[in-house]
Parts: sequence; C-alpha cells; structure tokens
Amino acid sequence: MKIVYPLMFAAWFVTPALAQDGDDKAPTVDEIVAAANRVGYYQGKDGRAQVKMEIVDGQGRRREREMTILRRDVPPPKDYQGKPEDYTGDQLFYVRFRRPADVNKTTFLVHKRPGKDDDRWLYLPALDLVKRISSADKRSSFVGSNFYYEDVSGRHIGADEHRLVETTKTYYVVESRPKDKASVEFASYKMWIHKATFLVVKVEYRDDAGKVYRTYEALKVGKVQGYPTVLKARMSDLRSKGTTTVTYEDVAYDLGLPANIFTERYLRRAPRKWMR
Amino acid sequence: MTRAWLVTLAFGGVLLAQEPELPQGLGEPEPGLPEGLGEQAEPVDPVSSVSPVERSPMDWPGTAFFADLGLTGFLDVRAGTRVTSDRYERSASLAEARLRLEYEDEFDPFVVRVAADLVADALYDSWTPEPESGRGFIDLREASVATTPLPFLDVKVGRQVLTWGTGDLLFLNDLFPKDWVSFFVGRDTEYLKAPSDAVRVGAYGGVANLEVVYTPRFDSDRYLTGERVSYFNPLLGRRSGRDAIQRPIVPDDFGRDDEIAARLSGDVRGFELAAYGYWGRWKSPGGLDVATGAATFPRLNVYGASARTQLAGGIANVEVGYYDSRQDVGGGNPFVNNSEFRVLVGYERDLPELAESLTVGVQYYVENLIGYGAYRSTLPVGIPPRDESRHVITMRITKLLLEQRLRVSLFGYVSPSDADAYLRPNVTYAIDDDWSVTVGGNVFFGEDDHTFFGQFENNSNVFVAARLSF
Repeated sequence: MKIVYPLMFAAWFVTPALAQDGDDKAPTVDEIVAAANRVGYYQGKDGRAQVKMEIVDGQGRRREREMTILRRDVPPPKDYQGKPEDYTGDQLFYVRFRRPADVNKTTFLVHKRPGKDDDRWLYLPALDLVKRISSADKRSSFVGSNFYYEDVSGRHIGADEHRLVETTKTYYVVESRPKDKASVEFASYKMWIHKATFLVVKVEYRDDAGKVYRTYEALKVGKVQGYPTVLKARMSDLRSKGTTTVTYEDVAYDLGLPANIFTERYLRRAPRKWMR
Repeated sequence: MTRAWLVTLAFGGVLLAQEPELPQGLGEPEPGLPEGLGEQAEPVDPVSSVSPVERSPMDWPGTAFFADLGLTGFLDVRAGTRVTSDRYERSASLAEARLRLEYEDEFDPFVVRVAADLVADALYDSWTPEPESGRGFIDLREASVATTPLPFLDVKVGRQVLTWGTGDLLFLNDLFPKDWVSFFVGRDTEYLKAPSDAVRVGAYGGVANLEVVYTPRFDSDRYLTGERVSYFNPLLGRRSGRDAIQRPIVPDDFGRDDEIAARLSGDVRGFELAAYGYWGRWKSPGGLDVATGAATFPRLNVYGASARTQLAGGIANVEVGYYDSRQDVGGGNPFVNNSEFRVLVGYERDLPELAESLTVGVQYYVENLIGYGAYRSTLPVGIPPRDESRHVITMRITKLLLEQRLRVSLFGYVSPSDADAYLRPNVTYAIDDDWSVTVGGNVFFGEDDHTFFGQFENNSNVFVAARLSF
C-alpha cells in the first residue's frame, strides 16, 4: 500500500518538466531552478487566466482584485540551439482589471525582458491615456497586494546565486541569495520545488537577521492541458500579518494569441475574443 | 502502516535535523503538498472550470441596483473653496455631486459605449444641459460605436475622449479638447479631457500605425469664461470674472468648421516614435474680434513629433510642436495669437533606491513665440507683453503608502521666466474597494497679474471629495 502512493503520483504527471538522462543522474541546481522558472512562467506558447486576488490586511480588512491575464512567449531566435520548449526568453503580458470598480478596464501591458528592465505601459480608459511607466521598482506591491511585480511576471533566475541545500523525497530545497543586495529587500529565500513537477510549492524570504518575514505557498494545483498549474496560492507578510490569496480560473494554454494583441491598439480596444 | 509512512515522510526532516553537521534550515519540517499535488486529484477540465464573474456583495443597495442593470460608474461628491478672496468670483469654487453611469456591450461586430454624468452643480445657475460645455444636469462623456471592418482597421464613431502625445499634464500635439475649468477647480483629473464628437480611424500595420481623427464640427476647449475662474482680461487691463463673462464667437458650421488630427507612429528598437499633424483652430480663444470685442478661435495648424523610450529604469520623452497660426502668418496681427514653437523634454522614474512605491517625474517645457518683433511692435498700448520664450518646469512626486490605500502626490508647474507657479497637491485614501476620499488643492502664485499661472492667483482653492465606485 505504501508504494502505491508515489507511483500514482508519478503516473499522474506524465509530462516531465525536466528532461532527465536516466534516473541515476541528479539534476544540478541550475537545471532545477531553470525548470521551476519554466514550469512557473513559461508553460505553453501562451496562456490566459481569470485572476482573483483577495487581500486581507493585518486588521482583517478585505479587498479584492479581479483581472484577466494574457501571456505570450516570444519565440526563440533562429540561432537558438536548445529545444524550443526549454526557451525562456522575452514574454508579453496583457493585464486588464475588472475590479475594484475604480480601476475597471484599466490595463497593463508588459514586455518582460529577463535580465533587463521590462517595458511597461498603463492604459487609463477615462483619460484615453497610454502612459509608459517606469519598471525600476520591481519589488513594490502589485496593485496593493502582498505580491510584488516580480512575483507576478517572474524574477530573473540570473539575478540570484542558487544553492541546492537539500533533496527530500518530495522536494528540491534551493536557497537563493541576491547578486545585487541593494536592489532587493531580502537577504535570501528558500524554495521548495516539487521534484515530480518542478512547481514551486513554498518560498520563504528571510531578512538580514535570518528571520522569515514573507512566505509564498501554493495551495491548489491542477493539470491543465497536460501542464501542472498552480490554481491557488498565497503570499503572506509575516510582519504586517497581511495575506493575499490568488486564484487562477479559466486557465488555458496554447490559445494561439496573436502578437499584435500586446500593442497600444489593444489597450484602447480590449481583445474581447481572447479574453472571453 | 500507511499513516506511519506518511508521518515519516512529513517529519523526516525533523529527524535529520538532529544530525549536527547539517546546515541551518534543513531541520525544519518541509511543506505539505498543496491540493492537487500528491493525491489523486481530478484533472482540471478547462472548459467546465470556467466560473462566471461574480459580483461582490455591495454594502450600498443603490450600487447593486445599477450593477443589476449592467451599469458601472461612481457617485462623486465634492466641495471646494477659494483660499483668498476674489472680488470677481464666488468664494465657493466647487459644490457638486455627479452620478456617473457607464454602459458597454457588444453587438457583434459593434461595441457600444455610453458614459454620462448626472450632475447637481450648485454653482451653475442653469440646469439646462449644454452638450458642448458639459454644463447642466447631464454631461455626456461618451456615446460611441466601435468596430473593426478590416483586420488592420479600427473605427470609432461618436462622442469619445481622445488623448495622445507624451507630456504629463502638458499638451503639444494633443489638440483634443481640454476642460480647464474642471482642471483648475479640483474635479478628478479625468475631467481635464473633454469629449470630442468625432470619427477615429486607426490603421495598424506591422511597421507603422496611422490614426486619423475627424471632428466635423469644431470642438473647442471648455475654456475659461470668467464664470468660475477669474483671469487676466487684456481688454480691461485687469483680472475679471463674473463681472465680464466672456462670450466668444465659436465656429460651429458642421462640415465647414471641422478639425483633422493625425498621428503616424511606430516602434524602432524600443523608441516609440510619432509624427503628428493637426488642421483646425486654437482650442481656447486665440484671437479677438475687433468689431465686437468678442474672443475668437482663429485657424491653427500644428505639426509635431515625439519620441519616448526607456532610459536607466525610467521613461524619457521628447516632443516638439510647431503651431502655425494661419490668420497671423507674420506675427503682426495683434488680434490673433502668433505662431509658436513648443518643445518638451521629460523624465519619470520609480525611485526604489530612496523608497518603495515612490515615483518622481520632471519635465522642461518651452514655448517660443515666432515673429516676436512684429508682436511687440503691433501690441496695443496698455496690454502687458509676454516674453518671447516662456519656460516651464514641472515636477511630479507620487508616493503610495499603507498598502497603496493612501496616495500622496504633488504636481507642480514653475515658470522661471514668468515668475509664476501652479501647484496641485492631492491626497487620496481608499477606505475600501468602493469608497475613497480625497483632499486636494490648486494653488497659484505669480509676481504679475497677467502671466499664464499668475493671472489665476485669486482662484487658489482647496477641496474635499468622496467617491463611491460601483
């Protein structure tokens, strides 16, 4: 009986996120982190989700955010040597808010360029204003939630030094330290990366004193079109006691989103067909 | 047996932690698996898992009523007062309630949008709606139909708010109507943009985009008449307001008094480049009818260009505009504005190095009068001359606090050449997702009575507002 459990588990996730050349060869920490980045942010050529955030502050006051997120990966360049599905390059994000009411139809457009500053635009419908905005502040709150901009679009894996500190039956435990300490508020963070799927199940951020002050937890995972996908997650600020719980609904991959959706034209005119 | 195995799995780390040579952190219990990992969960069917967008329960029954009708919007109540006495104006600068109702729906292949404010404004004497000025009990902000007749072509017809250009509260190539009264008395910033009754056509190609806006009947700014905001009246040689309300001659022949605005834009290696053209009229009074003494809107063409790019984590922009005043080509007509050359350079950046959620923007703007010699030699006696070049520096500082519930911002225009300034402090607190309150001000300084911002000195005001969004 005790063996059935891990076996079922392995069979269920038939798509190995990391190509392993035989079971005897353990992946390196760089391979693990790259695979986690791919599974977390790059599954499929594109994707869509209806995203709800529930923000509860330390006093128990509750706020909500609702948005549609469209994502498209920029295909690898012609001279790219590796497998196309392993490519983790530039990405385009289209984020249109529905709630709260005062930001209804407000839209973010992000061209993510790993290792460089992203290009970001903000569309304010009441003014018909397309404002290009600074992306220097990557670790500030995303729309008042406990998530940072960088949590939403993915932190560049080259920004940190990664070290595999433990391999358990279930997880690779990776500790990461920033290369540029001045640019971040953490001293280190530890990720529990699920071995079978390479989903990040938990992250603990530590301050200079080594104290955990911020945690991420994946609360619900499902398989969508063959891709293991986080469907519910929570970010907790242990200092303020605030939490943000995010749920992803109507998740779909490989929709064939056209590249031109991610342009100023579609900030003014929402791509209704693709947002459902 | 099974349970024992699971317990061992879950707490294996604890046992390991007792080994002294292990590095710190290993000893803690590892996280349990989330729902869906490690158990026989049902695979998610992406189609059946779609849940309809639920509306949150509303605290206030009125908003639920509008929500049920498919309407969104807000209720905005605000009041303001002058901080100095103005002999030509009331002391109250703002006293109004607005109920915004918005409706949007798709009737394939059309998208219809209507947005209207029902207004109770205690400072206007008449409730009769005036669709051009927005006065009266209803202010129609949008009534448009949009469609995409060809894959590369968007068309939007009807009343709509239009904006382009790169300036922050400075407009060079955006010749769409502005509402200066709203801006100066403390309405929400969205009211700075007055709607146009126009046709917007956009053709979007792989390399460049062309957008053309045709306004068949001239849409002026919602300019200053003196009724709400006092200003320097050159004919009287002093400030004036309600004692001499301006009634300009507004060209209003449908089809003949039209406007065309065009923008050609594209992205070249991260530089957003655009060229602009405008063929129409000065948007606020730019001339004087000598026979009647009434202000006029002389013909104006504008040609310009802009570039915007990312620079050192911030956004840099440059914009130029040549204002070709068609009824005063040499600059020698004292009753029509001279031509001008306008230049703007700006930079805005988050400053995480100083504080989180802190954004600072700086702009330098110069307005250069063309034909200045002719202007000076024909300027009627008694009218104070303006400088050949008007220099303006703007600064914006925005800081978000209390988990972004509190937004503190200051926008300031300072003109060293005119020796005047205009400051717009604003503090907005979001009580919850629905309610917010704002305290703000519009503060004008000036050494002289006739300079651009100095003329409004007696209009300096503070205001409070509450808004319920739904």
